[in-house]
This record gives sequence, C-alpha cells and structure tokens, in this order.
Amino acid sequence: MIAVIRYNAGNVLSVMNALSRLGHEAVLTDDEALIKHADKVIFPGVGEASSAMEYLNRTGLADVIRSLKQPFLGICLGMQLMCSSSEEGDTKCLGIFPETVKAFPRSSGYKIPHVGWNTISKLKGPLYRNTDENAYVYFVHSYYVPLSSDTTAVCNYDDLDFSASLSFANFHGMQFHPEKSGSEGERMLRCFLEDL
Amino acid sequence: MLARRIIPCLDVKDGRTVKGINFVNLRDAGSALENAEYYSSHGADELVFLDITATVENRRTMEDLVRSVALSTSIPFTVGGGIKGEDDVARLLGAGADKISINSAALRNPEIIDKLASRFGSQCIVLALDAKANCAFPSGFEAFVDGGRTPAGKDALEWAKEASARGAGEILLTSMDKDGTRDGFAVDLTKIISSNIDIPVIASGGAGKMADFKEIFEEGKADAALAASVFHFHEIDIPELKDYLRQSGIPVR
Repeated sequence: MIAVIRYNAGNVLSVMNALSRLGHEAVLTDDEALIKHADKVIFPGVGEASSAMEYLNRTGLADVIRSLKQPFLGICLGMQLMCSSSEEGDTKCLGIFPETVKAFPRSSGYKIPHVGWNTISKLKGPLYRNTDENAYVYFVHSYYVPLSSDTTAVCNYDDLDFSASLSFANFHGMQFHPEKSGSEGERMLRCFLEDL
Repeated sequence: MLARRIIPCLDVKDGRTVKGINFVNLRDAGSALENAEYYSSHGADELVFLDITATVENRRTMEDLVRSVALSTSIPFTVGGGIKGEDDVARLLGAGADKISINSAALRNPEIIDKLASRFGSQCIVLALDAKANCAFPSGFEAFVDGGRTPAGKDALEWAKEASARGAGEILLTSMDKDGTRDGFAVDLTKIISSNIDIPVIASGGAGKMADFKEIFEEGKADAALAASVFHFHEIDIPELKDYLRQSGIPVR
C-alpha cells in the first residue's frame, strides 16, 4: 500500500491522480499506523513552510515521518520540509537532510518564482534509471536547496546551481513536480513505486 | 536552462472547445477533454481553459472537465473565466486545476489578489490582463475588463506592477489589438510589461505563424506564448514549432 500524507499543504490531488494513472492504489491519510505500515510513503506539498511545519509538529506527523524506514518521497515543499531549516518564515524543519532552504535572490533580474520546465543534470540513483541527462521537468518554487553531498540531480536558474533532488538512505526529495512533468516524470515515479 | 513555454488555450462552452472572434461565430473545435489529452501528449507545456460563458450551469460542466483533465493529463493547467472570489478558486483547485486566472474581479477589487495569494499561494494565481493601445496612459496601454468590453481606466503596466506586488504569480497578457488578427503577437506591449515586472509573462493574441513565436520570445521577452486557433485547426503543429524554435536557439522542452 502507498500512503500519501494528508496535511495542510495543498495539491495532493495531482499526486493521487498520477498514482492512479500509473495503476497504483494509494491512500491519502494522516493516520500514524497507516503511514507506518505503508510500503511506500509520498509527502507532497504546495504551500508555505512555517504553517506546514507548525501543523506537522502539532499533529505529531513530524515525528512519524522522521521514524519511517520504508522508501519515502517528498515533492516540492515536501522536499524542503525534509531539510534542517528554511528561510521561508525562518522555519525549523524535519532535519532529515542537513541542508538549509534558501530564498532565490530577488535583485538579479531573474523572475521569481522559478516556474516552468527546466533541465536536470548529473543524475544519480535509482529514481533516474530511465531518465536521460538534461531531461525537462516542471518546477514552481521561490526557495531552493543548495548543492550538497545528498544532491542527486542539479538544476540551474538565476545563474546558480541548486539541488533538483536529494537522497539519503530511504529518504528522497524532488524539488520539481514529477506528477506534472509528463511522461518523464511518470518514469521517475514508476521507479520509486516499482524499483525501490 | 529554463524553457520558453508553448500553451494552447481552450475556450470552453458546454465541455466543447470553441473558437470565434470576440466570442461570436463560434466554431466547434472538438471535445475539450480530448483536445487536452492530445495536447498533453503532443508537446504542449501547459494548458489554459477559459469558461467563455461563465454561467452558473456551465460552472458545473467546467468543474467536471477540470476533474477529468486532472485525472488524465500530466502537465500543469490553468482555469479561468468568471472567477469572482475565494470560493470559486477553492472549488477549481479542489477539482485539480494547478492555477486559476482572474481578471475583472481583480481589477474591480485588487485586494482579492492578496487574499488568494495568501490562502492558496502565488504560484497558482495568474492575473489575466487584457490591454489595448491608448496613448493617454503612461505606458501607452490601458487595461480592460468584461472580456475586453469595458475600459478599466487603468494603465496596463501600473496594473501589472500592482498585481505582482499583491502576489500574482504570473501574468497572462492578451493584446486586444492583436487578438484574432493572426498577424503576430504584440511585441511592444509584451516587452514593456515583461521587462518591468519580476514575474513571468504569458503573451497572448495574434499568433498566426511559427515566426511569430520566435519574435515574441526574442523581441517581446515573453516567458511563454499562448495561442488557440492555430493549434486547434492544425495550422501549427506544436512539435514542429518547437523544432523550429530550437533551431533558432530558443530553449524549448
């Protein structure tokens, strides 16, 4: 069973729809036991970091997420919340990845949010088994995670390279939206669902 | 490298894609859902759906369409037309739309943008801005409401700046002078808006041939280009358009 974590950040529907297109049944839930016993857990999210963390701490979901041992995928805000802290609302996050989430600089003439299709490169790990270098995926975000030893794909915007994805042990995070990235994104989700 | 986006626009009436000039003499361009599925798998980067009737009856049809499109396609899409407030937005996002576009309601009551952005996030709030040349305004363009029927008495660039400051995440900029003409996008209008605000601009109105897209990206500084008839009636094939743009050195997916 695949659990998709239900919390106060929007747009879980697009993840549920993508799973259904791929022929996988998923349960949208905030139930601790269901999440702990799921084969795979997906942590989507579109929203604001401090209110999302406040909710996860208050409901105890933060501790549940930290304790999980099965393959876990955070998407967009989900990945950012897996980091140690975020400049968005000066928020202490889950601390699964040691990185700090930073705001894109506003002064450089580049448009913020970084929205649209961008290429990812230096791909590492099992999620990209069927993906070519410089594949296009869909991003929408105003904050980014710098490169680190956990980086498994690199994207460039605003003259800076940042982490398009992170992996550490069973935990994976994607800054882009695989569920909105056409067939490319579906191939990555399939790797997560079927190969890990 | 961030790609310039190509966006087919589907004007929807009773679940069908229609196209006409100024909403009259509508030509049927097929089932909106089938069109969406086709575009999603044939190179479109995003889709925009506009409820051109914006009637109470059509609202439910539109919501059903949004639900079906969200289930069967895997690219982002925006829904607009007749959106008045938070309830409309919650309903459409809840049905699976990634973004909504708002026009007249925002011009009449700009605070709605702040409200929507803080509740749903800027990333899903697109300001639709219909503009027409008018030298009485500082930028040379005036904003219009009510599907282009009513002048708003507001400078288009000032309004774009204000909407961006209030939290709009993108601007869907339609040139009323160019819309339906097929003689190219409005380069001057798009450039003046795009180079003076720090959110992405989608240029709309006037697409007739592939070179028009190259021009609006290179000269107009558009982040995305939107068109309807040329795609619906198969005059321009999106994969072919992208090959052409790629060969011209414009990054596309």
